[in-house]
Amino acid sequence: MVNHWIILPVILPALTAAVLVLMRHAGLGAQRWVSVGVTAFLVGNALYLWSLAAGGPEAYFLGDWPAPFGIVLVLDRLSALMLVVTSVIALAALLYAVIGWDARGQHFHALFQFQLLGINGAFLTGDLFNLFVFFEILLIASYGLVLHGGGAWRMKSGFQYVAINLVASTVFLFGVGLIYGVTGTLNMADLAVRVSQLPPENHALLSVGSLLLFSVFAMKCALAPFHWWLPTTYSATSAPAVALFAVLTKVGAYAIIRVHTLVFASGVAGVSDLLQQLLLPAAALTLIVGSIGVLASKSMLQLASFSIVASMGTLLIAGAGIEERQIAAALYYLLHSCLVGAVLFLIVDIVAAGRGTTIDRLVPEAATPRNLLLAALFFGAAIAMVGMPPLSGFVGKVAILSSIRENGAGFAGWAVILGTSLLLLVGYLRAGSTLFWKAPAVAALAAEPSKARPVGAAPIAIVATLLVFTGALTVLGGPVMDAMTATARELLDQGRYIGAVLPETDLAMQEP
Amino acid sequence: MELLVASGIGFLTATGIYLMMRRRTLPIVVGLTFLSYGVNLFLFTMGRLTIGAPPIYEGSNILYADPLPQALVLTAIVISFGMTALIVVLALRSFLDTGSDAAAIGPEDMVRDFGPEPRGNEW
Repeated sequence: MVNHWIILPVILPALTAAVLVLMRHAGLGAQRWVSVGVTAFLVGNALYLWSLAAGGPEAYFLGDWPAPFGIVLVLDRLSALMLVVTSVIALAALLYAVIGWDARGQHFHALFQFQLLGINGAFLTGDLFNLFVFFEILLIASYGLVLHGGGAWRMKSGFQYVAINLVASTVFLFGVGLIYGVTGTLNMADLAVRVSQLPPENHALLSVGSLLLFSVFAMKCALAPFHWWLPTTYSATSAPAVALFAVLTKVGAYAIIRVHTLVFASGVAGVSDLLQQLLLPAAALTLIVGSIGVLASKSMLQLASFSIVASMGTLLIAGAGIEERQIAAALYYLLHSCLVGAVLFLIVDIVAAGRGTTIDRLVPEAATPRNLLLAALFFGAAIAMVGMPPLSGFVGKVAILSSIRENGAGFAGWAVILGTSLLLLVGYLRAGSTLFWKAPAVAALAAEPSKARPVGAAPIAIVATLLVFTGALTVLGGPVMDAMTATARELLDQGRYIGAVLPETDLAMQEP
Repeated sequence: MELLVASGIGFLTATGIYLMMRRRTLPIVVGLTFLSYGVNLFLFTMGRLTIGAPPIYEGSNILYADPLPQALVLTAIVISFGMTALIVVLALRSFLDTGSDAAAIGPEDMVRDFGPEPRGNEW
């Protein structure tokens, strides 16, 4: 019995986006109802799929074509988890957009739904070429969202973003082409089987292809040295779109974890060892660059963007490995960093709007209205991002530290994570005290007319709700961590995934 | 034939990369186009180079042209064509808005707007 709910996260946004384009003349109000309603439904559907995924991986064969010949979607715990995170953050970002951002350009809601289509598809697909296609869909939508609101700055950052992603897509195709050339398949389950039977003379081509592929994933998740696009693009993008982009970078991390554990975990051609040797220093470098960026930021948007870079580094220090504890810790941190990244960008938008012409520059002038409340929210987001107790960043960092304690990178990993936590702490302290302590004091002394603009209650409520989720991730740390461990265990038991996609395969054949 | 195809791919890619290194938008766009030509040709050869072979496997004939890379190339061509159109529009718009075709972002470009509330009568 095929479960059609699995394809809904792909089909529904696609249809909705098309309808929303046609609804252009029906007015923004109607578009908002449709868009929010569909996204809320996707949250429910994702939660249902998460409960379904507890029963093991399940494949959805489009047109009932058997794998590896047809297109296949695969639902397992990891993809269900990513669907839940995406839909929750999408709903929050959309509600924030509905307050007013979506009126500053055309077709915001249609682009937003296309973006969801691409992200959900990338999480569900069981095929490398379809992963490329869904990457392209989410990129095309994100190009539109980067430009939302217009202006020369967005045009120019948009140009850079599109150009670098086109290069990445080209490299992706080179990698996919090489892998197809040596294995004759792009279905990930089939690939996992064939790679283990590959004759040794093809190993070199396979490792070149897979490294090209992983360098593209690294570029998507802004891993150093491919991280320069992120602060440029993210600081130009409108707030609700960039809140969703907090998930967009995680698509790269998802792809790294998925392909690494499914296809290369058996250690074929030494790809996995090579990857770990490359990913670990790159992740450490990303973390260091991100923290220095936070410390050196001149504006709140830069601060938030470099925090995203730093959190990707932390995530991949654990995510580079293929041990159960490491992947579980990385997944927990992924959940946390999606939420906190979105919170941070929304707070920056509220504060910068409240400060009038001073906007987000980190200078002690122009205090925000509702200073105390916004300061409290910023403080919450900051301690979560830095990894101070009691919020989820702390739990996540502890999980990562304890998971890497016993492997070779343990000491260096600890030094980098703890050292950069201090840098992040100093960076956030400087930003917070400038914005919320010095600015009101200076503004009171100057006695010039206030530049502040009123801050509404609705945006603050959305941010506060997301922060409550972060708190829930901490309070329910035990059960969440158990779920992540179960997810990691399922990822490393590749036979179940392969069995779901290719029921006829003799699994005994995979034994080396 | 291998030498011809391989050096063709290499030449296209090298041209693309050289043009990508420019700091102006139009050469970058042309460079991206060359790069996508290179990769399309590369994908095409991944089913191995065959001459005069049927595209369908019929049990008896061992030699057949793999049709899948051609399907992949078609998809890749469509996507890269769409992307090129988009980036050309972007390059044109930023040239018309700023009067320069520099790809770098200067401080004078960084005019920002914030805030969830709509301004004026944009509704």
